[in-house]
Amino acid sequence: MATTPVFDQVVRVSVNGTTYEREVPARRLLVHFLRDDLALTGTHIGCDTGSCGACTVHLNGVPVKSCALLAVQADGAAVTTVEGISEDDALTPLQQSFSDHHALQCGYCTPGMLMSAAALLDENPSPTEDEVKVALQGNICRCTGYWNIVEAVVAAGKGAA
Amino acid sequence: MLLREVSYARPGTVDEAIALLAENDGARALAGGQTLLNVMKQRAASPDVLVDLGRLDELRTISVSGASLEIGAMTTLTSLIRSSEVDVTRPILAEVAATVADVQVRNRGTLGGNICVNDPTNHFPPLLVALGASMTIRNAGGERTVSAEEFFLGVFETAVGEGDLLTRISVPAAGKGMGDGISGVTLGAHGTYIANAAASVADGSWRIALGCVAAVPSRATAVEGKLSGTDVDEASARAAVEGLGATLDPPSDVHASAEYRRSLAETSTVRAVLQAVEKARG
Repeated sequence: MATTPVFDQVVRVSVNGTTYEREVPARRLLVHFLRDDLALTGTHIGCDTGSCGACTVHLNGVPVKSCALLAVQADGAAVTTVEGISEDDALTPLQQSFSDHHALQCGYCTPGMLMSAAALLDENPSPTEDEVKVALQGNICRCTGYWNIVEAVVAAGKGAA
Repeated sequence: MLLREVSYARPGTVDEAIALLAENDGARALAGGQTLLNVMKQRAASPDVLVDLGRLDELRTISVSGASLEIGAMTTLTSLIRSSEVDVTRPILAEVAATVADVQVRNRGTLGGNICVNDPTNHFPPLLVALGASMTIRNAGGERTVSAEEFFLGVFETAVGEGDLLTRISVPAAGKGMGDGISGVTLGAHGTYIANAAASVADGSWRIALGCVAAVPSRATAVEGKLSGTDVDEASARAAVEGLGATLDPPSDVHASAEYRRSLAETSTVRAVLQAVEKARG
């Protein structure tokens, strides 16, 4: 016997280490859940079509686009947003490297860039320039400031190695 | 962006998923959602019920059974890229997966989803036709297996009908004397294709499938025949492909005219064939 489909469902999601339990409509995108229900506005909405990567978060440690995921799909998962990558308001080495290399202009894409880069560094602590470019392929910077972003991530990797 | 109101169910078993798909009008399987959720935003698709396959771990397995690589429909592209089974038996699947979209999309997007969408510009439909893959589809009545050519029916249309669920993709394991190639022109480095060709050779016998020139991947049977059993080099590949474009009736759109697609189909076929020859040499 199959369960009955529902329009609203209670989800339990751990976001940046805090567990939230909320009833959400099935149609709510994860990015809206984070921004509107949890007031975590560090995750940005750029294109809303799954192309720009500004909404990138980690779902169980893996980078995904939170505008291409329903909140109900994250039920039971651990989500990390850009607010959750540093502790006590201190910058992570990656964030410090973005600052040092002037790796942002308007800053709109930065949360997504940081989340993609952080996921890369978790897996590959000293990525090459080409590896960084592949890892950031899903993140668009409308200021076209890619060069400094790539430099910042490569440098952060070398720093961590 | 607000989606149209939709109801949602998350089955714990394949049987339950099939029952949900069969019992609910307007139900649609939600795999990785990397296409479906975006077309729902555009209202290009408006399912009434989403049946989330996300918890069906039995559809995420990759195994080798005899001479066949068995890939669960919910296998993500990232899992294909990292699979030692794929690497050993049919590495082209991983090579192609690595060129789809970007890391985030590959982390969610599934092989089953890529082919069930059957967008003519997607990477896997022509490749799976060239590889001679087959698809296993289940419904309340049982299980059936169709060849890749029978699977792709039209633009956005496949053999997966109402109440059906694609569960598995089977690809013959490569052996000695076998080689695969794929070539084409994409929109951006890892974008969708404008035109492409996938080629596979096994002991001098060829399978070649063209993408983006028709509603479904089309076999280049005349070229296959000319190459069959011959020692293929660049000159003979070019000679065999000569005239292929004239047999095609591809669409014209903002990315390419029909004439340009005919030309790309020929060039892509030559390149894919030569890659396959190289791989077959080992």
